[in-house]
Amino acid sequence: MRKILPVLLVCITALIFLARLVYIQLIDDSYDDVSKNIAIRKVFDYPQRGYIYDRNGELLVGNQPAYDVMVIPNELESFDTLELANLLKLTPERLKEQIKKAFIYSPKLASVITPQLTKSEYAYVQEKMYKYKGFFIQKRSLRDYDVKHSSNILGYIAEVNNRDISKNPYYQSGDFIGRQGVEQQYEEELRGQRGVKHFLRDRFNRNIKSFKNGAFDTLPQKGKDITLTIDSKLQAYGELLMKNKRGGIVAIQPSSGEILSLITAPSYDPDLLVGRKRSRNFTRLYYDSISKPLYNRALQAVYPPGSPFKALTGLIALQENVVEIEENFKCYGGYTYGRGARMGCHAHSSPVALISGIAYSCNTYFAQIYRRSIEKFETPQEGIDVWAKHLKSFGLGNFLGYDLPVGRAGLVPDAEYYNRAYNYPKYKWYATATLSNAIGQGEVLTTPIQLANVTAAIANRGWFYKPHILKEIDGKAISEPKYTEKQITTIDQQHFEPIIEGMHDVFNYGTARFLRVPGIEVCGKTGTAQNKARINGEIVELEDHSIFVAFAPKENPKIAIAVFVENGGYGSTYAGRISSLMIEKYLKDKIERTDLEQWVLNQSLEEEYAKPYKNQDLDTISQQ
Amino acid sequence: MGAQKTILQIDWLSIMLIALLIGFGWGNIYSTTLTSADANIFDFSAIYGKQILFIALGFLLVIVITSIEVKFYERFASIIYLLAILSLVGVLFFGKTIAGQTAWYSFGLFSIQPAEFVKAAVALAMAKYLSEIQVSLKLFKYQLKAFFIIAVPVGLIMLQPDAGSALIYASFILPMYREGLPHWYLTISISAAVLFVLTLKFGVIIVSVILILILVLAYILNKNKRKKLWKYLVIGLLGVGFSFSVSYIFNNVLLPHQQDRFEVLLSDQVDIKGSAFNLYQSQVAIGSGGLTGKGWLKGTQTQGKFVPEQHTDYIFSTVGEEWGFLGSSIIIILFACLILRLYYLAERQKSQFNRVFGYSVIGILFFHFFVNIAMVIGLFPTVGIPLPFFSYGGSGLWGFLILIFIFLKFDAKRSSLN
Repeated sequence: MRKILPVLLVCITALIFLARLVYIQLIDDSYDDVSKNIAIRKVFDYPQRGYIYDRNGELLVGNQPAYDVMVIPNELESFDTLELANLLKLTPERLKEQIKKAFIYSPKLASVITPQLTKSEYAYVQEKMYKYKGFFIQKRSLRDYDVKHSSNILGYIAEVNNRDISKNPYYQSGDFIGRQGVEQQYEEELRGQRGVKHFLRDRFNRNIKSFKNGAFDTLPQKGKDITLTIDSKLQAYGELLMKNKRGGIVAIQPSSGEILSLITAPSYDPDLLVGRKRSRNFTRLYYDSISKPLYNRALQAVYPPGSPFKALTGLIALQENVVEIEENFKCYGGYTYGRGARMGCHAHSSPVALISGIAYSCNTYFAQIYRRSIEKFETPQEGIDVWAKHLKSFGLGNFLGYDLPVGRAGLVPDAEYYNRAYNYPKYKWYATATLSNAIGQGEVLTTPIQLANVTAAIANRGWFYKPHILKEIDGKAISEPKYTEKQITTIDQQHFEPIIEGMHDVFNYGTARFLRVPGIEVCGKTGTAQNKARINGEIVELEDHSIFVAFAPKENPKIAIAVFVENGGYGSTYAGRISSLMIEKYLKDKIERTDLEQWVLNQSLEEEYAKPYKNQDLDTISQQ
Repeated sequence: MGAQKTILQIDWLSIMLIALLIGFGWGNIYSTTLTSADANIFDFSAIYGKQILFIALGFLLVIVITSIEVKFYERFASIIYLLAILSLVGVLFFGKTIAGQTAWYSFGLFSIQPAEFVKAAVALAMAKYLSEIQVSLKLFKYQLKAFFIIAVPVGLIMLQPDAGSALIYASFILPMYREGLPHWYLTISISAAVLFVLTLKFGVIIVSVILILILVLAYILNKNKRKKLWKYLVIGLLGVGFSFSVSYIFNNVLLPHQQDRFEVLLSDQVDIKGSAFNLYQSQVAIGSGGLTGKGWLKGTQTQGKFVPEQHTDYIFSTVGEEWGFLGSSIIIILFACLILRLYYLAERQKSQFNRVFGYSVIGILFFHFFVNIAMVIGLFPTVGIPLPFFSYGGSGLWGFLILIFIFLKFDAKRSSLN
């Protein structure tokens, strides 16, 4: 024992050491990452975000430089909190809170302490920055809006939140991400790819040299520029016309499905959501529960389509072969279809056939041909399902597939829907129970963009491209099959001519005869949708929504448009006038009917919108 | 006896192992202390340059040591010991204080740490004393005198204060044990150390209960030795008593920074930015080395100088990072081979004097190797002692060269009259 003790000691010790080394060097991987965190500094290189242009190459959104004050909590040394807070125009409490937040996010990674100093603020702060170890200034680029319109389409960029970071590992605290509109939809194209350089650093936090000669470094890739289908001038004009009104306008180029303009009113100035005041402004917009400026009425508002729907009722009746084009119907100021059940109609010359029926918007006519379309089949279920199939081929009842992040599907009721509603088979239901559908006042619900798309399909005599807002990426036209594949409706082409004739006559002698655009053959259809609201527990009938759809020119159409004006009354009053002006603006690039234009510009519906809140203090409502 | 003969008879295997360790060690010092890419290795103002100078001087020292007659060491062992003690006394008065330790004689450009050389003197004195014909370590009075030889330098070194260097003298237990120190010295010191650590880790209650259970079990299994019940009782009482006094020793004998060093190892929650900083950085460096390491001069932690004292006590972390598991194992195996080779040489000595000295060398070398690497890889509390041939520093290197080459000289001349 005395002799072999040294051998035992040496061998046991060596084995223990080797075992320990096997564990920390070969088995336990955790030290690798720690080592990288300690010794390698990543320096990010942010590329410029892509520009956004309108269809004519006009710049809508560019970039401007901004300067973020960043902190790496681990590198902080004691400093004069009050002095720095003053320099950054923060309260000392806020500064401390921000540092604490940064520490919680990561002690080793940089976090934003105060974002987006302007150039002059930057110059002042930069000079003193050397005093504060652990803080540094990072140049970033912010959005710079060349236009004051289209805020809802364009969206905005904001700092990523923790949810974004956990959802997509690409993002880090302080990164920007597109929110809403095109910025959100085309985030990956617009943002480009951040570049990264790895530096070895020493314990004094100095960069020693590039890590492995830049083997892991990447170059920033510039964001792609995108061109929208939007016509900036038309868009600006539409927003101008919608001033002091609420509603949505969607104009589509029928031959391509390109969205020429997409307006929601009220809107806001896109500059509000840039820079340091972004979050305060956003909160204000977000909590405005009365005018809802962040709500895109053109995409998200569902309304009953009203009389423009009669064009579809006519098309379905023709396709189902239940009416002759020349067949006359008498209108006695309404249509009685059961014991005491009557649908009213307004005064117009009688009798009417298909074309004049559209021009006069005769309820009686469409109620009867709708009834025939449904009753053609043995059961109303079958009839409704065929009817619904036709409607769905126009893109109603679904999200349409356009390239913007918000929307609603609307509703096309089918047999199942009515069976449920009427508790079939316990209770039976018949075509007459759904008769309001004939005139667009039934269960069907549409969004303005859906109506615009239907109008484009009619203008094309039976087909459409899915509406979309992206035209080019980096100058290259999009080739996505979704938007380059023709969608064919279930209505044969020949049936569209009489309907279009009728929509043309709307302007000749019908409900929009005073809205003719000189020199242009416009086809359109007025509409109103009844509108009820629950106020203080009572259902109150409010002023009708004003609806208008139109396309022009009649042959080889260039624009199809749908306009909704909330509480605007008759279809021709607001929506009709606005459609007519938009068409004139787009096709002639100038307005000759200045009196009509002045009327629209000067009208305000704000009083109408205030009615439901008449007896309430507005401040308390907006806080709800 | 000419130098010619010495060259032929000296153990070249040991020398080769030492040369390998020194060469490899210098490479790692160079890597840790490199400051710019276009460094000149003979830049004597840089640490790696100074180490080259120390190695060169060490070579001269080796030649001088091996030229001296064996008889000289044996005859003058006592005088050398006295001079060594005087140097330790002197340093307390004339020494330079670095980092709170008065352990250095300063000679302008560089300093000398006498404690590193005293080891060799104590080894000579111990060899001389134990080889005296009447001395038997089985008897208490000789044990006492032998411990006294160690206690004087230990006491003086503790005054510097340098607990690490003082601790090294525990390695003299090894030659003493070889020469007949009773088993219970080893048993008691090892048991005490184990009890101390276990009590710190698991608490006095658990340790006491387990100790008593083990004793009861041992008693039941050894039925034929029931007569000696009182022995079990005494052992149990002493053990439990010691365990209960651990917290007192820990809190009152150990200094706060020494307490921290234990806690860093034993506690689950440590402050990696405070007391555990060195160890943590060292483990990160070693752990990130992987199988083959990051390559010489390419260790991110080494080049970033994240491990404090990396060129001295923590030099092994550079090996771990830049040379990986392969490099580290080779170093461990080289050390093991060197110690075993010296063991083989010690055992073949014919004179007791030579053997005791050889065992002292083995003990000191092993102790440094064990404590240093165990500390760097997180198995032992931080103790500031260098890794032989690797850590930067002239005194340490020369101290080891003196120890080993005196012994190699003894070995070369082992068959001459003695």
